Amino acid sequence: MLVKALSGLAVAFAMSLASAQAADVTVRMLHVNETGDPYWKKIAEDYNATHKGVKVIVDYMENEAYKAKLPTLLQSEDRPDIIYSWAGGVMRAQIEAGYIQDITAHKAEFDQVIYPAPLGAYEVDGKLYGVSVQLSEVLLIYNKALLAKAGVDPAQMKTWDGFLDVLKKTKGAGVTPLIMGGADKWPMHFFYSYLLMRLGGPDVLTTAETTEGGFKAQPFVDAGAKLKELAALEPFQDGWLGTKYLPSQGQFGDGKGMMALQLNGFIPGQQKNATDGKGIPNDQIGLAPFPELPGGKGKITDTLGGVQGFLLTKDAPPEALDFLKYFVSAEAQKASAEAGVYVPATKGTDAFIKNPLVAEIARAISNSTWHQNFLDQDLGPSVGRVVNDVSVAIAAGDMTPEDGAQQIQDAWDQR
Amino acid sequence: MADTTAPPQSQASYVRSGGLTALIFLPPALTLFTVFVILPIGEAGWYGFYNWNGLAALDNFVGLENYRQLLANKTFHQAFINNLLIIAVSLAVQLPLALGMAVLLADRLIGSTAFRMLFFLPYILADVAAGLIWRFMFDGDYGLISQTWQALGGDPLYILADRHWAYAAVLTVIVWKYFGFHMMLYIAGLQNIDRNLYEAASIDGASPWQRFRFITLPGLKPMIKLSVFFSLLGSLQFFDMIVSLTGGGPLNSSHTMVSFLYYFGIGRMRIGFGSAVGVLLFILCATVAFGYKRWLMRDDND
Repeated sequence: MLVKALSGLAVAFAMSLASAQAADVTVRMLHVNETGDPYWKKIAEDYNATHKGVKVIVDYMENEAYKAKLPTLLQSEDRPDIIYSWAGGVMRAQIEAGYIQDITAHKAEFDQVIYPAPLGAYEVDGKLYGVSVQLSEVLLIYNKALLAKAGVDPAQMKTWDGFLDVLKKTKGAGVTPLIMGGADKWPMHFFYSYLLMRLGGPDVLTTAETTEGGFKAQPFVDAGAKLKELAALEPFQDGWLGTKYLPSQGQFGDGKGMMALQLNGFIPGQQKNATDGKGIPNDQIGLAPFPELPGGKGKITDTLGGVQGFLLTKDAPPEALDFLKYFVSAEAQKASAEAGVYVPATKGTDAFIKNPLVAEIARAISNSTWHQNFLDQDLGPSVGRVVNDVSVAIAAGDMTPEDGAQQIQDAWDQR
Repeated sequence: MADTTAPPQSQASYVRSGGLTALIFLPPALTLFTVFVILPIGEAGWYGFYNWNGLAALDNFVGLENYRQLLANKTFHQAFINNLLIIAVSLAVQLPLALGMAVLLADRLIGSTAFRMLFFLPYILADVAAGLIWRFMFDGDYGLISQTWQALGGDPLYILADRHWAYAAVLTVIVWKYFGFHMMLYIAGLQNIDRNLYEAASIDGASPWQRFRFITLPGLKPMIKLSVFFSLLGSLQFFDMIVSLTGGGPLNSSHTMVSFLYYFGIGRMRIGFGSAVGVLLFILCATVAFGYKRWLMRDDND
């Protein structure tokens, strides 16, 4: 009797174990997009509701903390299955170390859903390692009212000289021309990157990477010289060297400066971080591309921005890939596109975008003649952060353009 | 026969000398110490010889290259100078200030307890919180200091944006935060000095300065040494406040060696280089700790 009861218990126990295993394939996704987080959690909820036996957990982590912790996380057995990525040099290091799954076998499926250019950012040596989800563009974002006050015409900003002239006139009118979060450094590297792109054209980085001493080439020195020329006009707000990125959004939102060379995420950001919590309304915001440079190899339609997405880590279950396929579908991306949180990389989502500014950015990206990933991501963290340092130092008059180029070269050689 | 009696005898002396106790109680602590202290130090020493990003295989042996780069790095030079400045300010400003306050507040006067609490309060605050609070204080647009200055008719002050003043601001906050702790050390020290000495000196006609110079100061010698020791080690470990107050900026002018390690080693995924910084820091810390004990603390027992 006792034996029978015990064996019955054992069977029940074994069954419960088995069912527990079948029901619980957990897929964990880790990302750094604060505003996208609620939308992405909703996508996971929808997926979990229709997929029995799979539980997708989406977690948000602050940007800098994520970058610092990821190497350790990847080495542990407890690594997340799906990780956030900016593509570029960091991703290549992760692939080389063998922590990222090759998903080339599913490329055809993703090709149908995602635009080719952003998906291409996740290919290394003809193999596909991830999917792009959100696109961003760095562009001149200006306050229309202050522009009118300064009495300048945005059409003037198409050329470099015209742009400098606008800065001079604005300053003359008693308005701060540019808002800069210099303490975080990367906002200044946008100027250096665009100058480099406009001067050197699409091959500028590949040439530098494959040539001995390539980062000391003319475009790198000239970009520094142009940045110095710009900074000599003192166009930034007082104390810009000590201003962090988020407070700089607030300053723009409070109308303390006319313009910023920033990511599209700056627009909702300045509204959120303004003193009144409203900032400059969308209809008072104007957008312009970074000016063209005479004699440069780049075009005004070349864009700088991000192609953020996700990678599958080693040992991630097949369910993770299945979730990723659902995640990038137009159906799943619809809500965030409608809310204007970011520009999705998924085909057919343009129609969902309601915010005219986001639509304008989406158009600029899809018409882009060359979309360059952020330099501090593309070159990897060790070289990228030197580019950030150098940009700030040149703008502050602390470093010559030649020294700047030399420092980038040194970082490249020592990486 | 002699052979059989020998072992129990030695075992007995083993027990008597505490060897068995050590055998039982040492392994847990020793294991923990080895796993969490000795091994990581050894690993850092090992990684320091490689150019390694923390992810890939550890196969790019570069010998002393990381150390060469480190010693040639201008930002590291500045960080080292900044560490020395913390020590200098601790000795030249913080120590006299803490000592003076301690002498004033050691006597049970009305309100002295309240003042002690007030001066000790910043020490309880976390470094990160103190850094954030002072970031607001130093802010050029909204900060108290700049606003006060403007009310007096000056231009806005962007202290944390000025490479010549940002680190001075850090040093000010350090003194503000830590002098209360050192003051408490001195108050404790003062209470150990025999009151009769002061009475006898007064009867002999010693002036207040003479009493301070010949009774208070010699009596506080051990505490002063301890206080200097804490300042030295505090300087070598200084990190959190740099991150929240200046982030090492502007233009990398306000790093300490530890914040340099974090931003240039971990932040840039150069774990090999960062390890080299760590090894150098370890050597410095060990030298200071042992050297200080050997040369300055030793006459305490005399």
